[in-house]
Amino acid sequence: MDDDLIIGGEKFASRLIMGTGGAPSLEVLDAALAASGTELTTVAMRRLDPSARGSVLDVLRRRGIRVLPNTAGCFTAQEAVLTARLAREALETDWVKLEVISDERTLLPDPIETFDAAERLVADGFTVLPYIGDDPALARRLEQAGCAAVMPLGAPIGSGLGIRNPHNIELIVEAAGVPVILDAGIGTASDAALAMELGCDAVLLATAVTRAQRPDLMAQAMRSAVAAGRAARLAGRIPRRRYAEASSPMTP
Amino acid sequence: MNVTINGVAHELPSGATVAEAVKTLTETRNGVAVAVNGEVVSRGAWDSTALADADAVEVLTAVQGG
Repeated sequence: MDDDLIIGGEKFASRLIMGTGGAPSLEVLDAALAASGTELTTVAMRRLDPSARGSVLDVLRRRGIRVLPNTAGCFTAQEAVLTARLAREALETDWVKLEVISDERTLLPDPIETFDAAERLVADGFTVLPYIGDDPALARRLEQAGCAAVMPLGAPIGSGLGIRNPHNIELIVEAAGVPVILDAGIGTASDAALAMELGCDAVLLATAVTRAQRPDLMAQAMRSAVAAGRAARLAGRIPRRRYAEASSPMTP
Repeated sequence: MNVTINGVAHELPSGATVAEAVKTLTETRNGVAVAVNGEVVSRGAWDSTALADADAVEVLTAVQGG
C-alpha cells in the first residue's frame, strides 16, 4: 500500500521520526536507528568540542537518513532563530524542528516565543516543524502562519508518560491541514500505536528507545507499533458499545 | 587582539579571520557553522571576514539531541 508521509513536499515511507538524544554511544544509536527504519532524525546544535570522537552526522549519512536539526536548549525566539540559521549553514537544510522551552524543570514549550520564532523562520524561507503543547488553538495558528507540520507533545520530554490528553490530540488532528507529529512523552510501543490510532501522521521519539534496556529491540517495537497504529487508523475501528454484541449466531 | 571562541579567551594576531578562529578548534569545515557577535557568518565568507578585538565567536556543530 502506498501510504507515504508528506512533509513540506518531501515523501517518507516511514512514519517514525527518531531523535538521537540519550544514546550511550554512537554504536548503540546506529543499531537503534537501523532497527527503527526511520528516514528522518533530529540532531541538536552545540559548541564544537575538539575532543569529541565520531559524529552523529556520520551515522546519519551512512544510513541515508535525512537530518532534522532542532533548536533544543533555546528559551527565546531570538536564540531559536539564530540556532536555526546556524543549523541551516552547518547542515545545508532549511528544515528545522522549532523548540523553544519555557523552563528547565518541565521543558514545556513556550507558546509565545515559539509562535514568534515560527513567523520569523517561515518568512526567512525555513520549513518549520514546531514542538508545541497539546493545544488545538495554537496548532491552528501555527499552521496559518505557514508551518509545514505541527508537533504536539503527548507528555513532557523524556517523561515516558504517554499521551496525557488524547482528546486534544484528536482535536488537533481533526482541524489540521498539515501533518500532525506526536512528539515527546512516548514511553513504550502502545503509546506510539495510540498516537497513530488517534490520527497522527507520524511519531517522533528518542528517549523511549535510547534509554531502553535494549535500544535496538525497542526501536523495532516502535517501528511495528507505528505501522500497526497507522493501519488501524486507516482500517477504521469499531464503535465502542456499552453491552456485548454477539459475534456468533445466538440460535443453535 | 583578544577574541572569545566558544566562551574561551584566545589571543589571535590582529586582522585574524573567522577561518583562523575556526582552525583553533577544528580543521573540518563540513557540518560546522559560525556566528560572530550573534550573526551567522556563512562558510564562504570565513576567509574574508576579519575579526575585531573583543569579538565573540561561536563555532557550532550537530550533536546527539532531540
